[in-house]
Amino acid sequence: MSSHSSEGDLVKHGDNYINHSAGIKSWLNTLDHKRIGMMYLFTVMIFFLIGGFFALGIRLELFSPGMQFMTPDTYNRFFTYHGAIMVFMVIIPLIPAAMGNFILPMQLGAKDVAFPRWNLVSYYIYVTGALIAASTLFLKGVDTGWTFYTPYSIRSNSSATFVLLGAFIMGFSSILTGLNFIVTIHKLRAPGLTWGRLPLFVWALYATSIIQVLATPVLAITLLLLILERTLGIGVFDPKLGGDPVLFQHFFWFYSHPAVYIMILPAMGVISELVPVFSRKPIFGYKAIAGATFGIALVSFIVWGHHLFVSGQSEFANFVFSLITMFVAIPTGVKVFSWLGTMYKGSLRFDTPMLYVFGFLFVFTIGGLTGVFLAVVSIDVHLTDTYFVIAHFHYVMVGGTIMAFLGGIHYWFPKFSGKMYHESLAKFACWLVMIGFNVTFFPQFIVGTLGMPRRYADYLPQFTNYNRASTVGSWILALGLFITAYNLFRSMKTGKAAGDNPWGGLTLEWQTTSPPPFENFKYDPVVTEGPYEYKGDRIGMGINA
Amino acid sequence: MSTSQGVVTSAERHHAHHFESGLAEFEACKQGMWIFLVTEVLFFSGMFLLYAILRVFYPSMMHDAHHLLNWKMGALNTVILICSSLTMALAVSAAQRGEKDKIVRYIWLTFLFSCGFLVVKFFEYSHKIHEGILPGALWHYEELKAAKAPLFFSVYFVMTGIHGLHVIIGMAVMLWLIKRAKRNEFGPEYFTPVEMTGLYWHFVDLVWIYLFPLLYLVS
Repeated sequence: MSSHSSEGDLVKHGDNYINHSAGIKSWLNTLDHKRIGMMYLFTVMIFFLIGGFFALGIRLELFSPGMQFMTPDTYNRFFTYHGAIMVFMVIIPLIPAAMGNFILPMQLGAKDVAFPRWNLVSYYIYVTGALIAASTLFLKGVDTGWTFYTPYSIRSNSSATFVLLGAFIMGFSSILTGLNFIVTIHKLRAPGLTWGRLPLFVWALYATSIIQVLATPVLAITLLLLILERTLGIGVFDPKLGGDPVLFQHFFWFYSHPAVYIMILPAMGVISELVPVFSRKPIFGYKAIAGATFGIALVSFIVWGHHLFVSGQSEFANFVFSLITMFVAIPTGVKVFSWLGTMYKGSLRFDTPMLYVFGFLFVFTIGGLTGVFLAVVSIDVHLTDTYFVIAHFHYVMVGGTIMAFLGGIHYWFPKFSGKMYHESLAKFACWLVMIGFNVTFFPQFIVGTLGMPRRYADYLPQFTNYNRASTVGSWILALGLFITAYNLFRSMKTGKAAGDNPWGGLTLEWQTTSPPPFENFKYDPVVTEGPYEYKGDRIGMGINA
Repeated sequence: MSTSQGVVTSAERHHAHHFESGLAEFEACKQGMWIFLVTEVLFFSGMFLLYAILRVFYPSMMHDAHHLLNWKMGALNTVILICSSLTMALAVSAAQRGEKDKIVRYIWLTFLFSCGFLVVKFFEYSHKIHEGILPGALWHYEELKAAKAPLFFSVYFVMTGIHGLHVIIGMAVMLWLIKRAKRNEFGPEYFTPVEMTGLYWHFVDLVWIYLFPLLYLVS
């Protein structure tokens, strides 16, 4: 602070990052991590809406056997856009780039991320890539599935090249965010904030960033090779020219399996923040959770082959990948039991964020356990490309990541906006989301084991009831999400003032005003203890006390 | 930190508001640069893996096809790039000592070496394009009978092409450095951009050091 102590005086009473400067340009050119985080959040939500539109379209078509209102070609485009948008444009940036951008520097007691300008660049790279990919909606569309498997993706007469280019470009945004976070965590921790005192959300983002930095470049070269395959016919993935289509699957999953953990690790980080705050207890197994985070990150790089069990891969490779995949369950179990251990004998409070924690634990555990089924080669061979797989990864990605995101957004909403959302409406919406989600996806486990294949526009009549339930569930889920969005948007204007620390959180973002001032803190924070030291009168802090 | 009002020389320069000191900022930039280089290594590793797999699948084809490359040209370019790494290192050292004229001179020399590299590459490429020695489906060279030979040139053009793109990006950054060095912005207090460009440039050279034997000297 030495040469800039005068800036402390600029923080007038009531000054915050939202009213610090006015006009649309002050947002578009901002270097403030909080504003960039909010811009990410709104943009990601727009794509969430578009991706959700395609999901509802898929479910509507599948309401009855036979073709309802789509051609099979349209259906192929619907599930491709749903997958590609939700993976590349929503779930990957959702928690790190949107929420992490806002919260990470604050939890570190820093004024900003290490490279604010690159942070803004990463946002515009994301928007550029997303727009290029989305522009194909008005061209010939794309029908390859979000996995772009060769050789079909080489010959598909669609605008796949632009979607590949868009995903390629968005990768750089992901790399920049990861790089920025790693350096920020290393270099910008407040005095006293030792590695052993870092909030677990920070640990989660650190592990996520490492995966982003190590895996995304491999996706970049894979997509680039596929683009060159489509434009110049270089032939490396094309069996007709001597290339190997299975090689594409290896390249693709070397990124995309770790990417699954780019999606889930930050979600686990959010849960690790919420559980101690709403249990009013120190986290159980701090080191175990932080270590498990890195355990998952490490294992994530050596399990990609479980996506290739039916590709003709050698049986020995299948055996090894199957075994390593089951190891994922160990650190994951460590985390789940640590959260339960934290709740044990705690003073639990059932505010909306905590409801989402319970939702997360319930559905994520189902998602995780069915992942163990799929890791067993003999079972996977039967379940590959059925709705069982669809249900499994939706339980992990939607039930895991989206639930944690919703818990996190309710938890940090008072910090983002300074206002409190409508509690009972939020709880009502949470129940709708929970019920809608399970009604949508649980029948898919059953119909998958009965043999209904994924990615088909039609199905046999005996699967009708399961599909009807699933479609009705999708409406309930959508209603819950719309009510949540309505609640949060309305509360930004009309919500009552939340106060600086409505939950009695002990991490640094709660030790400043809401919304936070331009450089986050009026005084440079100094840290003297760990982030979850709930004892004595701290247990009773917060609005309900 | 804004430089728009005028020239900020090394001695007057302050660090960005969220860092404690100029040194802390430098250390952060350096760490960021190394992480970036790690991503570059992984980016190229995909292509090296592809190369290795083709070597395993088609060993004799790779050997036959590589004879169409002129190893003398490759060797010349290797020497050129090694020289450019030397001049780049000298530029960094001059920047640390704040010797403005030397910074400008050494970066210009590095730039000229890079031009030399691209000129040699231009002759190689245009010869191949003229003969029809092209990647994959575009191949129409009659004299080499080795089956799948176009795949070797797919890898050759992709790897050298992406490497060449890195050279061109490096050259653009050098022009920007020269402009800033002439305004006397670099000195013992602040030489971050020169040092970072140096790291990048050595990486680009290093990639070529691997590309040359793998592509031109297959045995």
